[in-house]
Amino acid sequence: MHTSRQYSVLSRFFATQLRRAFQAIGVPVTAVMVGLLIGAAVLIAHGANPMAAYAALWQGSFSHLAAVGRTLEKTTPLVFSGLALAFAFKAGLFNIGAQGQLLIGAFAAAVVGCNLKGLPPMIHIPLALITGAAVGGLYALVQGVLKVYTGAHEVITGIMLNYVAINFTDYLAAGPFKDPTPGNIIARTAQIQETSQIPQLGGIPIGFVVGVGMALVLWWLIKKTTLGFELRTIGFNVHAAQYAGINVKRFLVLTMLFSGILAGLGGAVETQGVVHRYQPGFNVGLGFDGITIALLARTHPLGIIPAALLVGAMRAGSNRMQFAAGVSPEIVDVILALILFLVAADRLVRWMILKRPAGTRLSVLGAGWNRQ
Amino acid sequence: MNAAGILNVRKILKKFHEVRANDHIDFDLQRGEIHALLGENGAGKSTLMNIICGLYRPDSGEIYVEGQRTVFRNPRDAIRMGIGMVHQHFMLVPTFTVAENISLGAEVTRGGFIDLQNSNKNIRKLSEAYGLHVVPETLTENLPVGIQQRVEILKALYRRSKILILDEPTAVLTPPEADDLFLIMRRLADRGVSIVFITHKLKEVLKIAHRISVLRKGRRVKTMTPSETDETELAALMVGRRVYSKIDKGHKRPGEIIFEVNHISVTDERNIEVVRDVSFQVRAGEIFGVAGVQGNGQTELVRALCGLWKIQGGTVSLRGKKIRTLDPRRLNQMGVAHIPEDRLRHGLVRQFCVADNQILCDYYKRPFATLWLRDWDAQLKHSKRLIDQFDIRPGNPLEPVGNLSGGNQQKVILSRELSREICFLIANQPTRGLDVASMSFVHKKIVDMRNQGVAVLLVSVELDEIMALSDRIAVMSGGQFVSVFAADQLSKQQLGLIMTGITPGDMPRQP
Amino acid sequence: MKATPPTRIKQIFYHHRTGLSLGLIVFGAFVWMYHTQPLATTAVLASALRQSVPLALGALCGLIGERCGVMNIGIEGQMLMAAFCGFMISVWSGNLLIAVISAVTAGALMGLMLAFMTVGLKIDQIISGVVINILAFGISGYFYQTGLSTAGKLQAFPLGALAKIPLVGPVFFNNPPITYGTLLLVFGVHVVLFYTPWGLRTRAVGEHPKAADTLGINVYLIRYINLAVGGAIAGLAGAFLTLEAVGTFERGMTNGRGFVALAVMIFGKWTPLGAWGAALLFGLATAVQTQLQFAEKLDIPHQFIGMLPYLLTVAVLAGFVGRARPPEALGTPYTKD
Repeated sequence: MHTSRQYSVLSRFFATQLRRAFQAIGVPVTAVMVGLLIGAAVLIAHGANPMAAYAALWQGSFSHLAAVGRTLEKTTPLVFSGLALAFAFKAGLFNIGAQGQLLIGAFAAAVVGCNLKGLPPMIHIPLALITGAAVGGLYALVQGVLKVYTGAHEVITGIMLNYVAINFTDYLAAGPFKDPTPGNIIARTAQIQETSQIPQLGGIPIGFVVGVGMALVLWWLIKKTTLGFELRTIGFNVHAAQYAGINVKRFLVLTMLFSGILAGLGGAVETQGVVHRYQPGFNVGLGFDGITIALLARTHPLGIIPAALLVGAMRAGSNRMQFAAGVSPEIVDVILALILFLVAADRLVRWMILKRPAGTRLSVLGAGWNRQ
Repeated sequence: MNAAGILNVRKILKKFHEVRANDHIDFDLQRGEIHALLGENGAGKSTLMNIICGLYRPDSGEIYVEGQRTVFRNPRDAIRMGIGMVHQHFMLVPTFTVAENISLGAEVTRGGFIDLQNSNKNIRKLSEAYGLHVVPETLTENLPVGIQQRVEILKALYRRSKILILDEPTAVLTPPEADDLFLIMRRLADRGVSIVFITHKLKEVLKIAHRISVLRKGRRVKTMTPSETDETELAALMVGRRVYSKIDKGHKRPGEIIFEVNHISVTDERNIEVVRDVSFQVRAGEIFGVAGVQGNGQTELVRALCGLWKIQGGTVSLRGKKIRTLDPRRLNQMGVAHIPEDRLRHGLVRQFCVADNQILCDYYKRPFATLWLRDWDAQLKHSKRLIDQFDIRPGNPLEPVGNLSGGNQQKVILSRELSREICFLIANQPTRGLDVASMSFVHKKIVDMRNQGVAVLLVSVELDEIMALSDRIAVMSGGQFVSVFAADQLSKQQLGLIMTGITPGDMPRQP
Repeated sequence: MKATPPTRIKQIFYHHRTGLSLGLIVFGAFVWMYHTQPLATTAVLASALRQSVPLALGALCGLIGERCGVMNIGIEGQMLMAAFCGFMISVWSGNLLIAVISAVTAGALMGLMLAFMTVGLKIDQIISGVVINILAFGISGYFYQTGLSTAGKLQAFPLGALAKIPLVGPVFFNNPPITYGTLLLVFGVHVVLFYTPWGLRTRAVGEHPKAADTLGINVYLIRYINLAVGGAIAGLAGAFLTLEAVGTFERGMTNGRGFVALAVMIFGKWTPLGAWGAALLFGLATAVQTQLQFAEKLDIPHQFIGMLPYLLTVAVLAGFVGRARPPEALGTPYTKD
């Protein structure tokens, strides 16, 4: 016989669990819902039917296996991009240069994929991925060193180096590494060797599995290792970190390196798993989507996966939305911009949920990466 | 209380959270007088002045300027009523010229553009009239501190201030520069400017002021003229009598020299020497107290000794071995513990739980981690033990440390620092912002350490704390150790006098 | 201490020594080139000026914001939105003047949006800029339809006798209105920023907002107004792209110019004249490269010229090409106690 006291203990337990879960995901979920709502308003203003549009979006992303496969394809590089940004955010760095690191990693992987012949897939694929990751990491390392030793703001150098990467890979793909296939006029590299292509497993791109694995690794790293402890300490309170004996300068440089490795890996996975070559224009916007994903997930590695799925689904389904409901895919950008705004405007959303002013809570990005 | 003053404030109340920075203060200022406002740190002087110059709004109380009731919504209102403030930390834009800084917000214009010629001319005239010589075209960042202060004063005079508030103006001046300032103040007062002069230096106050008001703990204790009082009484009024539970230190014979500092200096980021040629030793089983008013180099000294700032010249030795480069981690490994003065900034990570904060410096050591893998169970066990030992409330190892009270936060730091094998403890303002019960707890722990043979360096601005705990006391002033005594050689009054700048040589005779 | 500070003229010359020497070299080069190939030189210069207009305007927008302490990486979005609005209004009204005005207004509104986010809601400044960029890209892309006809382009008009001066005449004095406007704005912003009380207060807010506050200056208001004005100038850049240079709209037509404008602003050391010089320089590089490629003299890939502004900016930020010091209070939201 359960006594009423036992019942109340149980219900209190669930209440605290519910409250904790709510605190964790309340803001992101509200942000997504409000974003979709305002998006619907925009659609109505344009004379489109939001119900039809969103239904088509859903159909295009999750309704059948092919759609799911497409969604996962789009999601995979987003997972890496989101992880790269989330990891950097944890240390108080804004790696807006992830876009460039991703591009350069994608290109490097394509080069390895095209030009090495006769290697077994077991070697060729990891080699391409590692090359992409390493190149992305080195590119980020430059920014890290500049920031720590010359004070150059990593956001500005990131934006600048993004465009350098875009221009440079454009040049390489249109020039020295251009696809020599007769009749080809597109600026792109040749297709990568079969031995270098990441196979799919029953419709699920393996790259996605790698991405999820990476998220788990990162989660484990942050929660269970001393490195994760140091990372979070620096992100929350640089002064306490120094006082605790952590070598902040060196750690920040290494953080940029690792974030770049993640971004470069994402580009490599995109190349080896989806596009099978390097083609400029295929990877635009991944970096910026990564920002939204990282903030939606509140920089938690495991939260990156559902956040990336959301964005990936929207991007994958937008084709169908255009085809079936006649709605331009850019509405997805509008909705994502609104979601990003709401997630960043922490206080505003809390006010929406709780209908009372929130206290001055530190933003998710941790202490001053504007001024280290 | 003369109600016909140029400035009159009545029953001003200002609270910051639960602390009453100004507790129903009455204050008045007569025309053409120099009125000194005396008090320790935290007595409420700056808060009161910030209210008068419009930066803060009082919770209750009234302000009268020239007999008229006024409410300041912002600094502009105060400026318009003729109140000008020279802040302790200058409000000057470094990349502007002197003229630009002075005329900012009150620019002279001709046809919409800044009239540089007339502006400079006016400033030159003003500066000559008051004897505050400045060159309007110079860049402010190139000026020495004394001249920058002149610019600040001119800023107020430029706006026709009838009431001038100077917040610790001599803190950044050398004695001859301070004398210059007093001449200027006299000149201004003769011309009808009324001056409020905030300071903690007794000698100056008796030299320059027409009247003196002493603030303590948010209240005005007494107002009198210099002829009605002397340094001893002022010191007594300033520090008052605090009730501290008696700590029975017990007699302990100090052991070998654990920590030795020889002729070290420290410069800050502007290359100004903030610690000058300091030498001292701390023995095992002794508490060496460093007394002094905030801002005399104690913060910088401790930061340097912890390895966070560079030491210019001199040597530091621990247990007889010279330490070439001070590094927080190495010091930690050599058995040095540190209680920082700003616990939320340097000592704790607010967002981390109690357990994580308790291993902030030791997270990489066994048993909390092997190689890079953390052992949460070991950490939890350790944390629970410490929570018990140090009576930390609430007793939940997972509680974010930001939710704890100040006293319990300090206990978290203590539990971390004192649970290791240590030979040397640096305690910097260890009871700042704590309630009485927590204070006793901290003091008891420090004495326990001393009795166990640890060498303790205690840095504090609280005289009672220094006197109650220390075996030997050094007074720090202007970056130097002015004198070192054994604790029982001095009375508190004498200590207070030394801290406020009076050298032992010309101390008044004790009754 | 020095006996007397150096005279103002000497100070100016010393302060801008890199820019002035560079300018002198370039000027000399052009005079020589004009001797040998007058037509090509004129074409190159004219192209350089055209390329530099959106860059200079974008840089002005950026530096007005940064001078009062707000980092604006949303210049690209402001330009794009304005270009789109200008285009749509041009289609709808058939009147170019109204179209330009609406573009400028759109830019100003985006500027106010940025101000609200960064000053009002105290959202991180970088993220606010990113939101503006994505929003502009999304809204302009979504509402755009192909096949619309505009009211044409703004035409060039010569300034009388000045247009007949050899070399400089046809380049500087025979231009459409927004190009003239850019030159006026560069000098206008320079004068306001450095010679008026408003400019002084703006700079104070960017360097030491607390000091400005204690003197009764409204920090929030200054930031709001400056960001709105900056946005309006970015709007003019958008209007230039669609109503003067190209005559129509394309999705994402700003194509990164907003970010090159950031580079221009930094390379120009946060001054309007410096930004103008940097914009001309980068425009010149593009024009020269096109000319050389056209004449088949030298085949530098256009991407390398495209990379140049970005690489130079990184070098400047790292301190390799002289010190670049942004305003002290840049990036931190201001809170009164």
